[in-house]
Amino acid sequence: MLSRLASPRTGGLLALAIVIALLPLALANKYFYDIAVLVGLNAIVCVGLNLLIGYAGQISLGHAGFFGLGAYGSAILASRYGWPPLAAMLTTTLAVAALAYLVGRPILRLKGHYLAMATLGMGIIVYMVITTEDRFTGGPDGIAVVPFSIGGFVLQGERIWYWVVGVLLLAAVWLALNLIESPTGRALRALHSSEVGAEVVGINAAEHKLLVFVISAVFASVAGSLAAHYSGFVTPGKVAFLHSIELVTMVVFGGMASIFGAVVGAAALTTLPQLLTVFEDYEMMVFGAVMMGTMIFLPRGVVPSMARLFQTRRNASSDDRAGSA
Amino acid sequence: MSAQFMQYLLTGLTVGAIYALVALGFSIIFNASHVINFAQGEFVMIGGMASVSFTAAGLPYLLAIPLAIAAAALVGLALEKFAVEPARGASVVTLIIITIGASIFLRGLAMVIWDKRLHPLKPFTGDTPIAIAGATILPQSLWVLGVTLAIVLALSWFFGRTLLGKAMLATSHNRLAAQLVGINVRRVLFLSFGLSAALGAVAGILIAPITTTSYDVGVMLGLKGFAAAILGGLGSGVGAVVGGLVLGIAETMSAGYLSSAYKDAIAFVIILAVLFFMPSGLFGKRDGERV
Repeated sequence: MLSRLASPRTGGLLALAIVIALLPLALANKYFYDIAVLVGLNAIVCVGLNLLIGYAGQISLGHAGFFGLGAYGSAILASRYGWPPLAAMLTTTLAVAALAYLVGRPILRLKGHYLAMATLGMGIIVYMVITTEDRFTGGPDGIAVVPFSIGGFVLQGERIWYWVVGVLLLAAVWLALNLIESPTGRALRALHSSEVGAEVVGINAAEHKLLVFVISAVFASVAGSLAAHYSGFVTPGKVAFLHSIELVTMVVFGGMASIFGAVVGAAALTTLPQLLTVFEDYEMMVFGAVMMGTMIFLPRGVVPSMARLFQTRRNASSDDRAGSA
Repeated sequence: MSAQFMQYLLTGLTVGAIYALVALGFSIIFNASHVINFAQGEFVMIGGMASVSFTAAGLPYLLAIPLAIAAAALVGLALEKFAVEPARGASVVTLIIITIGASIFLRGLAMVIWDKRLHPLKPFTGDTPIAIAGATILPQSLWVLGVTLAIVLALSWFFGRTLLGKAMLATSHNRLAAQLVGINVRRVLFLSFGLSAALGAVAGILIAPITTTSYDVGVMLGLKGFAAAILGGLGSGVGAVVGGLVLGIAETMSAGYLSSAYKDAIAFVIILAVLFFMPSGLFGKRDGERV
């Protein structure tokens, strides 16, 4: 029983649920709730992206593209064509999954920097299409989005959204944890260490990479749809190259191949710009410096580095006890 | 050949030469360290903006330009010393984020030192267009093409004939073997950042009189330079130059004949198309993975 609780699947999930349940005690006003919702939405994207980067070892510098397609798909279908938001979101998600499948097939054959370039290019093309086709997307000015509603119930207000996003984040983490504990997860880790080696033992590397690419795109797209409905407005900034970078930074900052690291990274990098506004003109400089600094000093990311520190401490103290006894 | 085609070709060559210089910077650093330096575009910005400042302070071009190049090279060396060197052995993604962090930092710094406005730079030698085969070309474009050609020749001499250049080339082929024959690979890495930064700065100075410059010109020029380097095949000098010229010409042609709204997207469409069929670019090394 205890050992089950200590495993990330049950113990970690329980811990996350407790944090989500208790956090409102610390959220003094709407502004804090707003940040918490944004953290949750980014965390959903990062949990998916971490499956791709951390577990499968494939980089993507274009995930803001999927996030943006989700946001704009929902916005256009629900607001311009009056679709029910849920139908708009599901249709958009399916379309993004199909697109990720089609694009992923040739792209994922590439390795390292070539893959980085291809995903980056894909993201930029999505960005350009969204800023140029202003008849549908409103161009650089963005587009207003109707609130999310199911049946007659309208989802509005930071507090309700907090619980919705909280539950969805738990679901996303649960899915991701299950995936990496499954044979697919083991296959992903195998191809991360050596693709050729994995293929030799009978793992279809291409299929697995494609699967995780599509899953991560779906996570990003759903988060994008929700973000659009939540904030009531989408601008191309959410699709830009810099947003892709922010997402990757969240994943690496929190810790690659750590599902909870992705959540921590999303929390840290979503709140950071809010804190940095005190620097005014220096905001961009400080953000860049923080990005560089954390990566130089914690190249493995916060959560794995902490876990390591904790591990060595524990080993050291048990050594002491062994020594004194 | 119609005059219009000729015009697009000349414009494309000019832009392509700039991409080629940026791409060469990517390749040189990649060869020395297997790092993709996403801050490469910021050197272009520093070159242009520093020249604007130095000339505004009353310095003649003959002094302002070398100073601007030196400033960028110093920033490049500092970047290697304080950001890349301490992170040696980190994963590719980590290194990518470090250099992107550096580029955001430098852009933020430029915003504080200068401002957000567009700055013009006076052409080196007048702005009376010259007629060639029905098309016209600005004297500044000739400078771009001439200087790029000179740099390419100088680089091929440097890598083929000088000891330091050969040492850099050796390091790119096999780091360990280079170290064994007594090459100081850390110094090679250090110098490669300085050299790349200087090349980027030259590109920024050459193009500033044509397009004007501002604190954020580095973003697109950097990404397109990266696309050019990948198109030619990472690490290949010839590839970088060919990749740059191909991208420049293709971009101008499609902007002229197809759609100018998607001008900036063309480079990325081409790169995706090429990578689908040639996963290592046009001139890249095709080697297998060792298990």
